[in-house]
Amino acid sequence: MTMATAQKPLLRATKLSKIYKSGRSLLPSRRQQVHAVNEVSLEVMPGETLGIVGESGCGKSSLGRCLTRLQDISSGRLEFDGRDITDLSLRQIRPLRREMQMVFQDPAASLNARRRVGDLLAEPFRIHGIGARSEIEDRVSELLRRVGLRSEHALRFPHEFSGGQKQRIGIARALALHPKLLVADEPVSALDVSIQAQIINLLAELREEFGLTYVFIAHDLAVVRQISNRVAVMYLGAIVEVGDADEVFSTPRHPYTRVLREAMPEPRLHAKRPERAQVKGDLPSPFSPPPGCPFHTRCAFAKERREVQRPALVKAADGRAVACHYPLDGPHPTGLA
Amino acid sequence: MSSVEETDAPAASRQGQAKATESPWATAFRKLRRDRAAIVALAVLVAIVVVCLMAPLYARHVAMTDPFVTNLNGTVMIAGEERPVLEPSTTGLGLGLTPIGPTWEFGPFMLGADNQGRDVAARMLYGGRNSLFIAFASTLLCLVLATLVGTTAGFFGGISDTILSRILDVLWAFPIFLLAISLSIVLLNQTLTIGPWRITSGSLALPIFIIGIVYVPYVARPIRGHVQTLMGAEFVTAAVGLGASPWRILIKDILPNVVPRIVVFVPLILALSMIIESALSFLSIGVQPPGASWGTIIQDGQGLLYSRPAVALVPGIAIAVTVLALNILGDGVRDALDPKSAMRIG
Repeated sequence: MTMATAQKPLLRATKLSKIYKSGRSLLPSRRQQVHAVNEVSLEVMPGETLGIVGESGCGKSSLGRCLTRLQDISSGRLEFDGRDITDLSLRQIRPLRREMQMVFQDPAASLNARRRVGDLLAEPFRIHGIGARSEIEDRVSELLRRVGLRSEHALRFPHEFSGGQKQRIGIARALALHPKLLVADEPVSALDVSIQAQIINLLAELREEFGLTYVFIAHDLAVVRQISNRVAVMYLGAIVEVGDADEVFSTPRHPYTRVLREAMPEPRLHAKRPERAQVKGDLPSPFSPPPGCPFHTRCAFAKERREVQRPALVKAADGRAVACHYPLDGPHPTGLA
Repeated sequence: MSSVEETDAPAASRQGQAKATESPWATAFRKLRRDRAAIVALAVLVAIVVVCLMAPLYARHVAMTDPFVTNLNGTVMIAGEERPVLEPSTTGLGLGLTPIGPTWEFGPFMLGADNQGRDVAARMLYGGRNSLFIAFASTLLCLVLATLVGTTAGFFGGISDTILSRILDVLWAFPIFLLAISLSIVLLNQTLTIGPWRITSGSLALPIFIIGIVYVPYVARPIRGHVQTLMGAEFVTAAVGLGASPWRILIKDILPNVVPRIVVFVPLILALSMIIESALSFLSIGVQPPGASWGTIIQDGQGLLYSRPAVALVPGIAIAVTVLALNILGDGVRDALDPKSAMRIG
């Protein structure tokens, strides 16, 4: 992405937060809040694929839904294609939906079981008033063929397809209007491992063919690494490390990234690994995140300072950013000794 | 591209040729047709409806009498013998009149006469027509109202949900019969004028309205809950993500998933409406004389229970058979359309 630096980002989130209020209580003080997404800032350049990884419950799905404005944003700012879309109403944002689409985790749940596949795939055209009836039919068969299905599959119902095929239908629907941005929320985690690779390859092919920009959310590092140019690692609603996918995984700077990295099964030539970084304890409750650095309760390198001050996500000279008071290696982030 | 086609193509081609596969409705219909009990029940219901629709033909050509006119001094030829329709009672204290008993022959007074000398068999058919019509009309009213209320509350949520749910709660708080009886007594005593319509106390619109209202909460609540569940479904989120308007989502995604639930309610509410209608009519606050319904005929037969039990028994059996058939059909429809739901009302 050498050219990307000169370009404007397609998607830019600035201090984006999503707060859920738990339950309903008559006493406001008894209401609990969860910062599902906590002041996340990120940029996605046109043509690149940003992977978002983190364990379940870290807020990556919430972030995905905020980025496509399927959820309201609690605070912060979101720009798409140079336009501020933070506060657009659902009605105002509808025309923009053509340009940003989403692929969902559970392909069975994301397709209405009472509608035929052809009807489901024609829906985006009808919603945006594109094409006459016969033309839509042609486009639907073309879409089906493009994702590796056959045009006669349009006459079937979703339950007649396998999980991988359903996800292909979901992808076809997302691509129908040639969006600029595709946010894929765990698109393969509900699928068999053998099918996962096919879907990833399909997504990669489509990216080249349509010049798509992806935000690819997954908990599986191997999957993210396979398709992403850049990776953002999330922990308890915040991004703890961002950088080039290969670099982040080969030389993690945040201890949490390193833990994730070590947890990744990988064939190695030398059988013995020096030491495995491990996490202590469980993921803290998001209702009461630890003060200071959210990771300090489980960090092998935690020092006093982590408990008082929350480390900011600081960009280093080489373009990588890490939110850690004591990053593991590489150049220290500017502003910290 | 090539890798994709090779890997998934076999799985795809296994599924056969380019034919439109069965829709969920067709599947449900096929399941229902295989349910023998439900089909028998449906046949019984159709037979009852058809026979009741022929009431005027029966009255004119078989019973040869007007079943709405009292016939205190008439006579009838039975087995070549002319007999009065109402005879002085010979049992007990010998007080009062005993109507003619069932002849069990296809002709006048097949099921005997009631205490006013009217042909019970002819009244049964006319009464069945009213009972069935009221049941169908009030079921239609109930389901339309419940769908409107339940869908609005579930789809729009917020303040409209709060208001509608509270109204339903108020209706729900009343025992059904108490509510129906109170409404009937209040409404029967006055002539209602709603816009251009004048509803007199003899109109069938009153029992239809009353019976249609009382079961609305029992249907609207589950529909509201179902709509709420659907609103959280990922395919609705997907539709929002495609840029669909709320109305489009309601019509294309929500309603097609709600309609099967509503269809499941049809036989159940029909059966419940039949029962309420009979009860109200039996208490003389449903169908008003000289009109008949199965409930009013039971009331006519109440005083004749010892001398002419058929007058009360026949409509009682008719109600029981119809309600039983509706319940069996209801089970079949539920199994065919919505096997997961376990629904009980009333």
